Amino acid sequence: MKGLWIGIVLTVVFLALALVSFVWTPFNIEAFDIPNKLKSPNVTNWLGTDQYGRDILSMIMMGARTSIAVALLAVGIGMAIGVPLGLWAAARRGSLLDELIMRGNDLIFAFPSLVIAILITAVFGAGAINAIIAIGIFNIPVFARLTRGAALSLWERDFILAARVSGKSAFRISWEHIFPNILNLMIVQGTIQFSLGILAEAALSYIGLGAQPPTASWGRMLADAQTLVSFAPHTALMPGGAIVLMVMGLNLMGDGLRDVLDPRIRVDRT
Amino acid sequence: MTLLSLQDLSITINGKPILHDVSFDIRAGEIVAVTGESGSGKSMTALGIMGLLPRGATATGQIDLDGVDILRTEEAALCKMRGNDVGMIFQEPMTALNPVQTIGDQVAETILVHRAAPKAEAMTRAAEMLERVGLPNDRFPLSRYPHELSGGQRQRVVIAMAIALRPKLLIADEPTTALDVTTQATILDLLRDLVDEFGMGLLMITHDLAVVANMADRIVVMQHGHLVEQGATDDLLRNMHHPYTKALFAASGHKVSLPTNSHSAPFLSVQNVTRDYRTPRKTLFGKPGTFRAVNNVSFELNKGDRLGLVGESGCGKSTLTRAILGLEPVQSGTITLNDAPVFSGKKPNADVRRKMQVVFQDPYGSFNPRHRVDRLISEPFHLLDTPPTGAARSDAITKALTDVGLTPADATKYIHEFSGGQRQRIAIARALITDPELIVFDEAVSALDVSVRAQVLDLMAKLCRERPLSYLFISHDLSVVRTITDRVLVMKSGEIVEQGATEDVFQNPKHPYTQTLLEAAPTLPDDQATR
Amino acid sequence: MIRYVFGRLLSLVISLIVASVVIFVVIEIAPGDPASFMLGLNAQPETVAALRAELGLDVSKVERYFTWVTGMLSGDFGTSYTYRSPISELIADRVVVSLPLAIYALILSTVIAFPAGIYAASRRGGVGDMSVMGATQLGVAIPNFWFAMIMVLIFAINLRWFSAGGFPGWDKGFFGGIKALTLPAISLALPQAAILARVMRSSLLDMLGEDFIRSARAKGLSQRQALWKHAVRNALIPVLTIIGLQFSFLLAGGIIIEQVFFLPGLGRLIFQAISARDLIVVESVVMLLVFVVIVVNFAVDIAYAAVDPRLRTKT
Repeated sequence: MKGLWIGIVLTVVFLALALVSFVWTPFNIEAFDIPNKLKSPNVTNWLGTDQYGRDILSMIMMGARTSIAVALLAVGIGMAIGVPLGLWAAARRGSLLDELIMRGNDLIFAFPSLVIAILITAVFGAGAINAIIAIGIFNIPVFARLTRGAALSLWERDFILAARVSGKSAFRISWEHIFPNILNLMIVQGTIQFSLGILAEAALSYIGLGAQPPTASWGRMLADAQTLVSFAPHTALMPGGAIVLMVMGLNLMGDGLRDVLDPRIRVDRT
Repeated sequence: MTLLSLQDLSITINGKPILHDVSFDIRAGEIVAVTGESGSGKSMTALGIMGLLPRGATATGQIDLDGVDILRTEEAALCKMRGNDVGMIFQEPMTALNPVQTIGDQVAETILVHRAAPKAEAMTRAAEMLERVGLPNDRFPLSRYPHELSGGQRQRVVIAMAIALRPKLLIADEPTTALDVTTQATILDLLRDLVDEFGMGLLMITHDLAVVANMADRIVVMQHGHLVEQGATDDLLRNMHHPYTKALFAASGHKVSLPTNSHSAPFLSVQNVTRDYRTPRKTLFGKPGTFRAVNNVSFELNKGDRLGLVGESGCGKSTLTRAILGLEPVQSGTITLNDAPVFSGKKPNADVRRKMQVVFQDPYGSFNPRHRVDRLISEPFHLLDTPPTGAARSDAITKALTDVGLTPADATKYIHEFSGGQRQRIAIARALITDPELIVFDEAVSALDVSVRAQVLDLMAKLCRERPLSYLFISHDLSVVRTITDRVLVMKSGEIVEQGATEDVFQNPKHPYTQTLLEAAPTLPDDQATR
Repeated sequence: MIRYVFGRLLSLVISLIVASVVIFVVIEIAPGDPASFMLGLNAQPETVAALRAELGLDVSKVERYFTWVTGMLSGDFGTSYTYRSPISELIADRVVVSLPLAIYALILSTVIAFPAGIYAASRRGGVGDMSVMGATQLGVAIPNFWFAMIMVLIFAINLRWFSAGGFPGWDKGFFGGIKALTLPAISLALPQAAILARVMRSSLLDMLGEDFIRSARAKGLSQRQALWKHAVRNALIPVLTIIGLQFSFLLAGGIIIEQVFFLPGLGRLIFQAISARDLIVVESVVMLLVFVVIVVNFAVDIAYAAVDPRLRTKT
């Protein structure tokens, strides 16, 4: 229970930072202030400044926007495609369609996700949209598998048989009986995938394949900090700490939600 | 000689009292049965004796096993005692064995963990013990894995594990509840023989009073964590003192009186129905095999018939049920209701479907936990072309609920607010709401405690008196089928081997399988008198 | 058993074929022609055509696909546009860094996670469990490349135990190579170890709730004996899946970690190729990585059968 509240607080803080950045940041991050470069955390610049003298707190707020948007949309893609696919496969369990959907999922799983994300961004160009697509594609099989697995066990339950005896179609049963009963599971897994999306976005933008400047992103801040870390460690510690806290917050929230919503459900954690 | 003595054993789990001051004794060579309905605390008593109470449990009182007080013994000493002085077997043989270890290793482990013999000798002794419990080595080598054995065979392995070191006391927690009636009989025989041969004490935990009456030297009856009555079997059966004991035995042999059926027009007709399932290919490029779950089955059900269908697990009765309900197509043969086919082409026939409803076994899995009772029981309205709305709908819901002995106010509750028996009533209400001509009861009372089961059977009899009700009652429980049906089909390996008026079949079974089945079924003394 | 292996083998081959087609198609639909890209905007059409012919771009797509695949099967990955040398040589030089790194990290991750997971499960709810779980909660949240930067800051810059990056080459001695890979391997392994330990723990706890553990306890095994003799092997089944998946994470994660430590591995090759739009190199390296991952997953499937007798006889 304690974990859940810590998770919620951390998540809400970062969401708030991202939202506030739309209307206000402590400093304007587009203006360079070279004389003030690489300042350690102090009263004016709470988290210090980077090599161009930009305020790191302001950049983290702007970066939160990018991270959250990319990860959330990627989870959205995964859910919007994966959940219906999983429901569909489960409704036609044992059929060729089920087999095709599941083999397709296995195939995506067989690809090292980061490599494919690199391939996609390499071919279609670096940028936030391609990062969202690349991360989103790998969320599809996660949700499809989880949905199918949970739905399959529900299809065996007597209340589904009762609905079938009442003449309801597979589509209607999936919508009316299966979906509401796997919703909790999806919320929990969605939280976990959200956190993985934050990490993936950071990795992609670290290697220069994520959001492009002037859009701020945590991964890019870390890439910039790499050569500075020996004499200005805060340039690496601050954005990295932001990633860790945000991801940890989401994970704690996911674990806590699972315990609260349904202690029996199991979540894929890879 | 007293082997085990419980004195004022009380157990609480996280502060919640489970057992109150339970005292009884077991002597060497004696079979003591602890019986009661779910929640009576009988399994917790067994775990307490093993020193295997779950986390958060605290026990007071005394459990004296051959001079050792288990509640005051160190865990290390308890480990030495378990398997050595006392063995235990469990309800679910399918999961009681480690799936990734051979049966030989698992039996030998009992010997090895107590350092009773070196590895090679332990394996020899394991082989002997498996042979003793009816798994001869030439057919069941030590290298077999659990998944290669049937439920009954696995239960034999579990027994071999428990008695490998010839413990003084064997505890059996519902040892045959998960098994078919013929398998149950052989396992009970085995246990009885082992008690005689080894001079062990046997503590049997079971809810099945017929098993209790046939097996036990002494009976302990429990209710809500209290021991309500105990005594030698013959005495207790002849002379019950406590009202709960009386009620329990009465409910167990409960009979209902059905009104006579005056109709004789054929209604449901099943003709030469065959249903195959594909099995995995045996060789890589070979053809997939087929398993014939239902083989050329024909029968008719007249209007107003109360027809029973009995058989053991895997006999095809569930497959047949699904085919009748139009949930699965059949390979050949026809199923018609009032001459209209259940399956027309590839799609179930909606006109026929609205004349049938079903009640399932599991009161906990039969309802969507997220819907209210009114929505749950009105689901069959989906079958109607013009489902009632507004006041008509709520009237129908109210009527269905009152018909099954619930109140109209229950309509707005969620399913988790009801007990198992109440849920089965709600399931019946759901089946009744469209006034179907046929109801299929698929093991509908099998998961219920005997007293609740008696109430549900009474409800069914009452409904039969109030309206023209035809049903197909599928069950493995012969005593229930005997009282709630007037005709019966006996099914074995996908075929109907015998059918006829229920009393005729029970009194005078023709087919050898029916005879075996009736022979194997344990019965209460009263039943034996009428046989 | 033979049926099972054969079935997995068949699915391995199909996966490889589909993967090669997907990669080829993605590269094909990439905007821009490599030849004109390499020669710049002002190139003469004739020069571009000549380069296209040299690179084998002037034949049909289907033909190109088969040339590519059959080439790879015989060890010929084609020629790099930019390096002007056989891709197989470029890969061979780098694979001796990337593969040992991934294996090193996998070993570390397993060696750390197994004891941690088993320890936590055996102390469920206790202080030991809480501390291990707290540490893993942190571990799964740390991006490995950031962790690598911190490691460099501490162990290379401040303590000077390791060099901050670079790779001396295996010909300079085995231990020199291992030392250069140690910080990268730890940075890769720890976050993965956190995941693996969590899976190990929850899988063990699931097993400890199983009936057969109760049977084992009834035989006289202590809680610890029951855990080691019965729960661990059963718990390995889901854990193996994760180890298989992790190998692909470690291989791919290696690409990023190589950037942090300036290691001359496949990651460096792929990034240089991307910035030079040397798509044949990208294509071949990606295919190679996918190939390794699919083969490892095949090996995991076979390992299942070793752990789980039910797979050996059924299906």
